[in-house]
Amino acid sequence: MIDRTVLKEQFVKWVLIAFALSSLLFLFLIFAFILGEGLPLFLKVGVKNIIFGMKWAPTKGYFGIFPMIISSFLVTFGALVIGAPLGLSCAIYLSEYSGKKMKMFLKPAIELLAGIPSVVFGFLGVIYIVPIVRNYLGGSGFSLISTSLVLGVMILPTIISISFDALVSVPKTYREASAAMGATKWQTIYKVIIPSAKSGILASFILGMGRAIGETMAVIMIAGNALKIPTSILDPLRTLTGNIALELAYATGDHRLALFSTGVVLMLIIMILNYIANFGIKRKIAK
Amino acid sequence: METKIATDKLRVSFGDLTVLKDVTINVEKNTITGFMGPSGSGKSTLISVINRMIDFENNVKIGGDATIDGRSILGDNINPIELRRRVGTVFAVPIPLPRSIFENIAYGPRLKGVTDRTSLHHIAEECLKKAFLWDEVKDRLSTSALKLSGGQQQRLCLARTLALKPEIILLDEPCSGLDPISTAKIEDALSELKSGYTIILVSNNTKQIARISDFSAFFYLGELIEYNTTDKVFTTPSESKTEDYIQGKFG
Amino acid sequence: MRINPRITNSVVRWLLNAQAYFTVGILIVIIAIIFVKGFPQVNFAFILSFPQDMGRHGGIFPAIVGTIQLALLSILLATPLGVGTAIFLTEYTRESAFTKLIRFGVESLAGIPSILYGLFGFIFFVIKLKMGWSLLAGVLTLTIMILPTIIRTSEEAIRSVPRQLRIVSYSLSASKWETIKKVVLPAAMPGILTGIMLSIGRAVGETAAIIFTMGSSLRLPLSLMDSGRTMAVHFYILAREGISMEKAYGTAVVLVLSILFINIIAYYIMNKTIARYS
Repeated sequence: MIDRTVLKEQFVKWVLIAFALSSLLFLFLIFAFILGEGLPLFLKVGVKNIIFGMKWAPTKGYFGIFPMIISSFLVTFGALVIGAPLGLSCAIYLSEYSGKKMKMFLKPAIELLAGIPSVVFGFLGVIYIVPIVRNYLGGSGFSLISTSLVLGVMILPTIISISFDALVSVPKTYREASAAMGATKWQTIYKVIIPSAKSGILASFILGMGRAIGETMAVIMIAGNALKIPTSILDPLRTLTGNIALELAYATGDHRLALFSTGVVLMLIIMILNYIANFGIKRKIAK
Repeated sequence: METKIATDKLRVSFGDLTVLKDVTINVEKNTITGFMGPSGSGKSTLISVINRMIDFENNVKIGGDATIDGRSILGDNINPIELRRRVGTVFAVPIPLPRSIFENIAYGPRLKGVTDRTSLHHIAEECLKKAFLWDEVKDRLSTSALKLSGGQQQRLCLARTLALKPEIILLDEPCSGLDPISTAKIEDALSELKSGYTIILVSNNTKQIARISDFSAFFYLGELIEYNTTDKVFTTPSESKTEDYIQGKFG
Repeated sequence: MRINPRITNSVVRWLLNAQAYFTVGILIVIIAIIFVKGFPQVNFAFILSFPQDMGRHGGIFPAIVGTIQLALLSILLATPLGVGTAIFLTEYTRESAFTKLIRFGVESLAGIPSILYGLFGFIFFVIKLKMGWSLLAGVLTLTIMILPTIIRTSEEAIRSVPRQLRIVSYSLSASKWETIKKVVLPAAMPGILTGIMLSIGRAVGETAAIIFTMGSSLRLPLSLMDSGRTMAVHFYILAREGISMEKAYGTAVVLVLSILFINIIAYYIMNKTIARYS
């Protein structure tokens, strides 16, 4: 009888260990299969010809994705220019100014914004942002600036919630000490709170970048997907994610492998960003 | 008299800190034995050895031996789950499980495999009566245990322990958070219970120990200073430390 | 010249206020546009009838069914895996190199963008395991994708269960697993449910990972090996290929309304839990 309970406990423990290991297994499979499909082409064509290649004509043997790498960084940077100040302001407002009732309303509203599917953002971008850009700024409207605007809004929830957590965790004594020295609320925020929450705020920007660079559906609807490096904010562009999503359904042979190579580059960028956000910055917070 | 629980040079340390220093004590069957002493004296640690709840602490080293009915309870071959069916525990703060009154009492018996509702109801009634709680809750066994008052919750915890049908009941400062009336009810219940159980009552309240325990043990900084019948300990203590503590000079 | 700090203070306050309202304003505008344009398209026939002519006419019934199938089946797989992992991390080990490794795995999975899940699901489930574009391939891909959310929310919920409840259960002769099953999990349930609801929300709104695994067939998926499309995919195709803006708006209303509903339930459960523990 007792032996049976002991056996059962052992059995449960091993099942749970297996469950816990499944996450690692999945991660391994994802790496293995994306790298397995994506790396051979690097060896065959050469790393330089893919990463620094300017021409993408996969059916003719050109696999250059340099314009897409640059474009991905450009839209991400653009999204940050729009999303970072707005998001940080909202976070400051939420943590320092808003009352309890306001918080109870604003926080869920911002989380709902995170729940809106990216196809909906893309669709509204096409219907409203693209024509506005076309009519007032020129070009086709499918452009770097339209994409950045929409992505900037899409990364707001990430930036707000992580910055908010960083601001809230600044010890109360800091605020009190500063207020005691006669500082106004804004002086306290600007000189004391933001500097002490700096790492968390930075992490929120980087995770926001990660979200923007990985975003796909909204981007392919708005970016115009042209195969060159944009020279103005009104030019259309194609990102790494867009490249995969646009062609995966019908690509075969080396063309398909090239999309996985695109995936490898994207994965590398995301990993570096996550590493910086999780280990480089969070570790500093721990200290 | 028959010895129920015994320790032999029991030594417990957490890391570098030794909290029980070679304690040897024999607790007699069907009595109430009071453990008293200032905080840090090791009395609660001794309790947690007897019910093996000490298993959940980190970095513990145990030396010496502890026995129930003459058999060691410390070896690896002892199943702590089976042991805890024989050794029930009531903690300082009443912590009902977030369920109904009935389900709180049925928790232990269900684990033992008692599942039919009639038997469980019999157990609930019997144990609630023994804990002097039955009259107050008999009409609302299915309401949440969290709705009871603090004193009622502690008696529920006692009833819940009784439902395990233990041989030994350990009470770790069970009245520390209760008002005098609730305390009196618990004490009445314990006095009635001692004919069927061996009870160890840890308390900082020396008056309580004097009121209801048959034997009293005084611990100080991990050592058993004095152990005798309650009468002797309270009227003619052999150690001056015991006397000072009982008279409230420190603690 | 030095500006009076008091003036700066009020200007900043006003500015921050404005930006917070602007952000909420965006949300309200998005929802308002979708509702105003989409509601006229939605009626019982739209929800319960099959699409005709690639979705130009008719309703979105198969997409609704496909969405429900996909979300429920992935939750069914991801919940035991995720809650089990959370239990292991909180109850069965101390922090060690092994738990750090598992946490690293979970964090990494959480950071992978959905298009890479699509890429992986496509090559692994659709091609290598020969599932083809199918409900099954979509479900398995999505299961992996929502796993980190379920693990993290469950872990938080389990950690917030007071330690004393576990101690009481052990003292009443319960074993570890009995304690987890009968005390810890019931107490952590609201938090776990919040995670599940958020994951359902994510499953309903997902496109990139689904379109390359489940495909986009307009038929009603009747078996695990059938292809199908979710509302999000249907909406994407209607909008991107310019098939019908009216139907696209109609689909968007149903889609956004479902997500709002799911998120509000999640938030409600979470708030109730917070209230209970404080």
